Amino acid sequence: MTDTNDTRPHMPLGLAHRGYTGVIQHLSAREAGSALSDIELESRLIELGFVEGARVEILHEGLVGRDPIAVRVDSITIAVRRREAMAIIVA
Amino acid sequence: MELPLLHLALVGTPNSGKTSLFNALTGSRQKVANYPGVTVERKEGFFVTPLGRQVSLVDLPGTYSLRGRSPDEEITRDFVLGKASGEAVPDLVLCVADSTNLRLTIRLLLELKRTGRPMVLVLNMFDIAARRGITVDVERLAKELGLPVVTSIAVRKGGTADLLKLTDEISAKLAAEAEANSWRALSVAELRATQREADRIIADCVSLPSRPDTWTARIDGIVLHPVGGLIVLALILFVMFQAVFAWAQPLMELLNSGFDTLGEFVHATLPAGLLQSFLQNGVISGVGSVIVFLPQIIIIFLFILLLEDFGYMARAAFLMDRIMGGAGLHGRAFIPLLSSFACAIPGIMATRVIDNKRDRLTTILIAPLMTCSARIPVYTLIISAFIPAKDVWGFINLQGLVMFGLYATGIASALAVSFLIKFFMLRDYAPAPFMLELPDYKMPRLKSIAIGVYTRAKMFLVRAGTTIFSMMVLIWFLASFPQPPAGATEPAIDFSLAAIIGKALEPLLAPVGFNWQIAVALIPGMAAREVAVAALGTVYAIEGGKEAAEQIGQVLATKWSLATALSMLAWYIFAPQCASTLAVIRRETGSWTWMAVTFSYMLVLAYAASFVTYNVAVALGAG
Repeated sequence: MTDTNDTRPHMPLGLAHRGYTGVIQHLSAREAGSALSDIELESRLIELGFVEGARVEILHEGLVGRDPIAVRVDSITIAVRRREAMAIIVA
Repeated sequence: MELPLLHLALVGTPNSGKTSLFNALTGSRQKVANYPGVTVERKEGFFVTPLGRQVSLVDLPGTYSLRGRSPDEEITRDFVLGKASGEAVPDLVLCVADSTNLRLTIRLLLELKRTGRPMVLVLNMFDIAARRGITVDVERLAKELGLPVVTSIAVRKGGTADLLKLTDEISAKLAAEAEANSWRALSVAELRATQREADRIIADCVSLPSRPDTWTARIDGIVLHPVGGLIVLALILFVMFQAVFAWAQPLMELLNSGFDTLGEFVHATLPAGLLQSFLQNGVISGVGSVIVFLPQIIIIFLFILLLEDFGYMARAAFLMDRIMGGAGLHGRAFIPLLSSFACAIPGIMATRVIDNKRDRLTTILIAPLMTCSARIPVYTLIISAFIPAKDVWGFINLQGLVMFGLYATGIASALAVSFLIKFFMLRDYAPAPFMLELPDYKMPRLKSIAIGVYTRAKMFLVRAGTTIFSMMVLIWFLASFPQPPAGATEPAIDFSLAAIIGKALEPLLAPVGFNWQIAVALIPGMAAREVAVAALGTVYAIEGGKEAAEQIGQVLATKWSLATALSMLAWYIFAPQCASTLAVIRRETGSWTWMAVTFSYMLVLAYAASFVTYNVAVALGAG
């Protein structure tokens, strides 16, 4: 990891734009306002590889409201809505 | 001594190439059924190992964990734990991984290990990984995981040889290996720990190229472009429907003339009478007029399976998520709805990937509005009889365009119905999350697709041979008895039971422009939509003699007005003409109410659409 992580402010992935790259700092399901319970949302995100330290990059955005987003998570690509991506805190 | 059947189970994440491995191992020796009590598809296949051991292999639904969030995932969990009712505990679990993408599978595997079942990790698509510069230290991986690891290339001949050999070795010493199950639902912290452990193992055993798959990135650059992607999607759907209509034509004509020749042969060989009429009008023209549509059904399944295998379906869901969200649908509903173009039954069953109950119910209610392949015979017949086969704007076939319009109307009304459901019934609606892996593109595996198309074609033919055949016998009987009195001058069918029933219904259907012959055809069409074509054939054949049987389309063109034909098309977009779909809805929703709701709303829509179409067409002079 580079030291940019210390200087860059933490933000939810759900607010990032196409082309953004960063590293997952932590998950915060409470921030997301998802229809899922906090534990369920966190579990699912982990099962799809969203764990602390994973590199993320926003590859694509949908047409309506730039939503959903296609996120590169280390070696795989996951489609997720911005609402749920709010739970992923990156820097 | 004959050894008992060895029970193997295939487990893996979605997109791990599980199904192509299943197809490679078992070929066409497959049995598709349901698990008792639930509607999860149970796929079992059989093969023999090099040492002659008989093996039963069950392809379990794909899952990322054993938590069991959906009926599919519960089956996978219960099956592996040996808790699925009526199922043998698997002797050996094959955990399948896409070698190019191990992250999520290794985590699943670490969780699976806790069940204590003997297990093997199968690194599938090992050739693709090698080509992309991914190297896996197989021995080290096996040591880290404490499991046998074997590579396979499901698509290549002999690509599963190592796996078969390993199966023999393991089965020889299986009895000693039963371990206790220590699996229980993982907490968030444990999930995180297993993913960390998986990442550590991968870092130790796998070296990834510095750049990800460039082809996937390049293709996604186009097909996931916010605007360009939607244009590509529309083009794919358009080509698909043109293909269904245009490419299938020569084959269908061939089949058609084949059945005509057979009918002529029967006519010439047998003495005139009931048996001749039964074989020629009831059996050959009836069943034949349905089997003729086999090429179209093969083409539509071919497209769906190709797109699925290529990895495009998940992209389509991504593109459509928000657009469908506007109509109150979940992005995941796209795949079930697209499957419904082949048949609403697998489509409704595929809604199980939607975890949210309301989203799922909405999708089930509108799935039958997607134009299924059983409507194709009816559409084709009427279009070719009434719509001229000319080109518009130089290159688009007008018949194909009308077909496209019928599909588009189906889609538009499905979205409208969904919107109304969301607006009136599910006011306090909180959108369920959309989370989906977008797998790397893969060249479609032709053998696997061939097996998939073959299985579907077989199901269609079995249906034609059973349901449709028995309906045809019934129609022929109703149309032939009672026989006309001696010396009657009117066509024989006017005296039959069919005519009595049809004429009784005629007043109800007259406002939408249907005559009594259509009424007769619609009744058996409740069993299966495409039967209506055969039924019309039988009714007009018995009425008009052998000439009529040869070309139902030509007969219709002389007997129906254009307004009636258009009204019939409109009816078929909406009408709930399929008993099996209704049965599946009842089973999937677990409620007669939702089945009744589906039936009524579709019937009302059909009647209204036909009524409007007919009266507008008559007013415009097409009556």
